[in-house]
Amino acid sequence: MLTFVVRRLLYSIPVLLIASVLVFFFVRETTDPLARLKGSGNRDLTLIQRETHRLGLDKPLTTQYGRWLKDFVRFKWGDSLVSGRRVSTDIRDKLRNTLQLIFWGIVASAIIAIAIGVYSAVRQYSALDYTFTGLSFVGLSMPPFWFGLIAIQLLIFVPKETFHLQHPLLYSVGIHSATNHGTLDYVRHLILPVATLSVQLVAGWSRYQRASMLDVMSADYIRTARAKGVPRRVVLFKHALRNALIPLTTIMAIDIGSLFGGLIITETIFGWPGMGKLFFDAINNGDTNVLLPWLMVTAGFIVVFNLLADLLYGVLDPRIRLA
Amino acid sequence: MKARSREDLSSGRAAAAVGSAALAELAHDHAPIEAGAVAGVEPEARSQWQLFWRRFLRHRLAVVAGGTLILLYLAALFAHQIAPYTLNPNLGDPKVLLQARHGPSLHHWFGTDELGRDQFTRVLFAGRISLVVGLSVALVSTTFGTIVGGLAGYVGGLADNFLMRVTDLVLVVPALAILSIAGKASHGSVVTIVLILSVLFWMPIARVVRGVFLSLKEKEFVEAARASGASGFRIMLRHMLPNSIGPITVNATLVVGLAIIAESTLSFLGFGIQPPTVTWGNMLAQSEGSVGTPTAYLIYFPGLAILITVLAVNYLGDGLRDAFDPQSTR
Repeated sequence: MLTFVVRRLLYSIPVLLIASVLVFFFVRETTDPLARLKGSGNRDLTLIQRETHRLGLDKPLTTQYGRWLKDFVRFKWGDSLVSGRRVSTDIRDKLRNTLQLIFWGIVASAIIAIAIGVYSAVRQYSALDYTFTGLSFVGLSMPPFWFGLIAIQLLIFVPKETFHLQHPLLYSVGIHSATNHGTLDYVRHLILPVATLSVQLVAGWSRYQRASMLDVMSADYIRTARAKGVPRRVVLFKHALRNALIPLTTIMAIDIGSLFGGLIITETIFGWPGMGKLFFDAINNGDTNVLLPWLMVTAGFIVVFNLLADLLYGVLDPRIRLA
Repeated sequence: MKARSREDLSSGRAAAAVGSAALAELAHDHAPIEAGAVAGVEPEARSQWQLFWRRFLRHRLAVVAGGTLILLYLAALFAHQIAPYTLNPNLGDPKVLLQARHGPSLHHWFGTDELGRDQFTRVLFAGRISLVVGLSVALVSTTFGTIVGGLAGYVGGLADNFLMRVTDLVLVVPALAILSIAGKASHGSVVTIVLILSVLFWMPIARVVRGVFLSLKEKEFVEAARASGASGFRIMLRHMLPNSIGPITVNATLVVGLAIIAESTLSFLGFGIQPPTVTWGNMLAQSEGSVGTPTAYLIYFPGLAILITVLAVNYLGDGLRDAFDPQSTR
């Protein structure tokens, strides 16, 4: 187990290193760090020259990369080109907000998807099974940002106008209200962003869980258990469900990458001060000092999540030897 | 058990005897056998495509989806003839401005925006771009993905290593982040957005084709072709490619839907196709501010257009998957 972890971590170093080369050249070729300065109507060429020199932009890209990497691994991530705040502090603060969304998003999606998947498998071809199948197709065919907009309109504004409410039931901006910091207030802020983040995950995972549950339920040992006289409920939840959950962990790990993509959309719509919003603002400001660490931090997260999923797989399924 | 198998055997033999006797009789009576005459005795052999069609037509939702898609593409093609108003009216014109912020009605099916532009017209014209983007991305990425995946699967070596390493790398970085940066830098013309999306979507297709080619490589008919002196190029093009047409078509179909969603998402964030070119995505971006105001109807129709299109594409893909599957019992 330990050798497996060490070896996977060692393998992820060259992957991340190559990714860092590609990401660096890609970002520097596409994004001009001085775009804001040049676009602000500032025609002072000496200022632009001075900034170019100060940021080392007059050096060859390979030299710049070497310098950037050296600073990056020593956590000297520099200052944001826009706000002037330290990028490492910024990312740490935003990460804390984002991890809440990720955590609740994964928990909610997993619970709902597993419940739907198990129900659809147990009552295969029932009316509700068809309904869930149809809904998951709709969920996968809908842009997540549109779901967010529709949800704000239908769950906040329509009830507010229909029932002449003083305060909306749910909120669509930020984490807390300015005056109220209670748990209920937090939940009312959390529901819509988490729902927006989860739509596609629930749709995809529930289909997957249904298929994997059906697969397990046709296995011989399930029939054996029933034949021995084990109650149906126990067979379903103790024998079948446990084994049907295993393949889902792999899919969940693979989807972490798209979860970060979903965060960009969700946090932009709901003004959630996290990593996604940080990235959105950084692109619009051409803030390469934020973009590069952002991409590397998310890459690190994705690598770690994939490793965790592999480990979890090994724990859940003893037949798989991690060596 | 033994008895049953003997019975099966004998009944089989009997049937065969009857069959051959009938055939012999037929051959004797009607020297030039007519198709109609034989049909009564023995079912006519169906070609691969007939079988495919039969299976596809039985998936009713897929047929409806296919019809919907054809209608959508026709509407996009004839947008100029269908549209009740012009796409770009004279914006300062008081007559146009008087029509501003009208909710959906018989005159303006989808309402009008704050400048008085008819939303139905705009959704129609936006559909042209969005549908073309979906189709082009599918064509470009499928062509490229099939070439790389085919080489990786059949030849292996360098192409295989390249494919596997590149896809490993791409899994590490969120796709939407890379697309956004590229889209922002490209200043949002239709062609560049198509190319950017194709760069992302060729990879899943390449992996699928690689898998199919790897398994086809071991099949007898490929071995036979090789033994009879066919070149590697000929084997790939004439023997393996036709046999992988199913998975390729199904995945290409799904890419159409994914590309339409990706384009709309990029355009919504402001990193996709830029106005004055209208797409469903940038229509939604422009009407984001109308959420919670009396013009909230503006957010429904472009989104519904995306939903209906992608839903149709996905059901079509589902139907094609079943129809291409020879084990399918439909």
